[in-house]
Amino acid sequence: MQIEGRSALITGGSQGLGAALGRALAREGARVVLVARGAEELTRVVDEIRAEGGDAHGFAADVGAKEDIHRIAGAASALAGPIDLLVHNASTLGPTPLRLLLDTECEDLGRVLDVNLLGPFRLTRALAGGMVLRGRGLVLQVTSDASVNGYPTWGAYGVSKAALDHLGRIWAAELEGTGVRVLTVDPGEMHTAMHATALPDADPATLADPAVVARRLVAIIRAAEAIPTGTRLEASTWTPPRWQPMAVGAAFPRGRG
Amino acid sequence: MKTAAWPREEAEAERLLVVDPSAEKMADFAVRDLPSLLRAGDLLVVNDAATLPASLEGHDTEGAPVEVRLVGPAEEGTWTAAVLGAGNWRWRTEDRPAPPALPVGSTLAFGSAHGDGAPALRATVVAVSEVSPRLVRLTFDRQGDDLWSAVYRRGRPVQYSYVRAPLALWHVQTAYATRPWAAEAPSAGRPLTWRVLLEARRRGIALAAVTHAAGLSSTGEPALDAALPLPERFDVPAETVAAVTRARAAQGRVIAVGTTVVRALEGAADAGGGLLRAGEGRTSLRVDGHFRPRVVDGVLTGVHQPGESHFDLLQAFAPEPLLRRALAHAEHEGYLAHEFGDSCLILPRSL
Repeated sequence: MQIEGRSALITGGSQGLGAALGRALAREGARVVLVARGAEELTRVVDEIRAEGGDAHGFAADVGAKEDIHRIAGAASALAGPIDLLVHNASTLGPTPLRLLLDTECEDLGRVLDVNLLGPFRLTRALAGGMVLRGRGLVLQVTSDASVNGYPTWGAYGVSKAALDHLGRIWAAELEGTGVRVLTVDPGEMHTAMHATALPDADPATLADPAVVARRLVAIIRAAEAIPTGTRLEASTWTPPRWQPMAVGAAFPRGRG
Repeated sequence: MKTAAWPREEAEAERLLVVDPSAEKMADFAVRDLPSLLRAGDLLVVNDAATLPASLEGHDTEGAPVEVRLVGPAEEGTWTAAVLGAGNWRWRTEDRPAPPALPVGSTLAFGSAHGDGAPALRATVVAVSEVSPRLVRLTFDRQGDDLWSAVYRRGRPVQYSYVRAPLALWHVQTAYATRPWAAEAPSAGRPLTWRVLLEARRRGIALAAVTHAAGLSSTGEPALDAALPLPERFDVPAETVAAVTRARAAQGRVIAVGTTVVRALEGAADAGGGLLRAGEGRTSLRVDGHFRPRVVDGVLTGVHQPGESHFDLLQAFAPEPLLRRALAHAEHEGYLAHEFGDSCLILPRSL
């Protein structure tokens, strides 16, 4: 999809991949609304993007809280116009250190599902109706390889991401033909605060830079019309479909910075 | 007429009274039947305005309680707002005491609805309307992200005394709500599920949108209520003008989902000297029995009673005696009225 002049809403936008994607989309000319719980970190990222000449807004809210969903949807549309691109990037691991399912409280599993599954469902539901009316829109869900592999101690998170993957497939099937597309992307292991919390002993040299992954996501967003809706992709192995002239261009993003 | 005191769980099962002014007939249906009542080539136009958390509770510098109901943005970053006095949502607006006098320069502070301890949102009265001292223009102590955050954090939707419990923001949005322009919900579209809308589209019925800043329904102040609806903002996209042209060419009918869509489309045509043109505007068009619609053929709306401005508007689409007969029928059959009530489709050649 075209990025320049379009409105993008990114959850989990104050750090890691969300902040990097916000910067990357703003450089491509999108109007960006970042959502995160912490107002201070959010303001810092928004100010950085504005200092580069980007169009960015922040709205402090919790995607895991039902009462915040229509606030996010309404404020984002007020600040940036009708949302064309919705990125579900916010997620929680649940209590850390990660623990066995036998040691997981059901309330903790519930909270993880609130943030990683119900939040994206509610926010898509609040925004996709308008997208269908306008006949265009892209919902991008950020997932993890924990959604397909049964890693011990990753139970709450893995279950939430597996359900998110399937949510994406069903959204895509139901929205087929409306012009609204849904993609789910596994960004791979990145050098982020979240990764450090989950796996403190990991060697940072083996982890991807979120800014590099964000550029891959931008290429995927550009090429979205050439990717079957409902697809689950891995950002690290995805290559633009060669036969698509627009998508080939997307492999060489026109960054300003 | 009985009132629906809460949103019902199965919107599609809500009742739909179809009134055909060309045949002078009426018949009972359910909302789920809407697609089968329309024909390929017809066009449904909805209002995609999302409902604002327009109600802010606060107090003046003397500590007197006020409720501000935001009507919408006005010039130079100001907001038009109606001010109500003490009381809460369980009181009918007409029973509430007058707010304190708020001359130009008065300041108001709005605390958090959740007591989060964040500094209050403040506003200053910069103009008072000639219509009523309770209709003012405000400037807030912040703009942009900070203002929208405060409004969404502290505001809640305008409440109704007949409703069973406080309404949350999700109770007052349509399934396609997008731009937060509406002071109160554009409620005619509330029972439309996406199953109904996509089924209509599958049958060749087109779907298009306008944005119309649906205004306040009542403030409890007679002079101000007599002036409602106030001039309202609208936006008619080029795609919608094209969809109307296509419907006309196919001998289809243009059906407005709600009186706000009538005001937007007819207001835009009025501003265009009779020709529907794309763009934003403001309309103070009065639609009643003397008005000859230029764009809209039929209306999907709530069940409105004589004395409401909506009832006057409907007379542009059906003669008053037929509307009164329809109302008597609805009352006899136990139709429910008001924001969460049953629906009525007034459409020629529908039965």
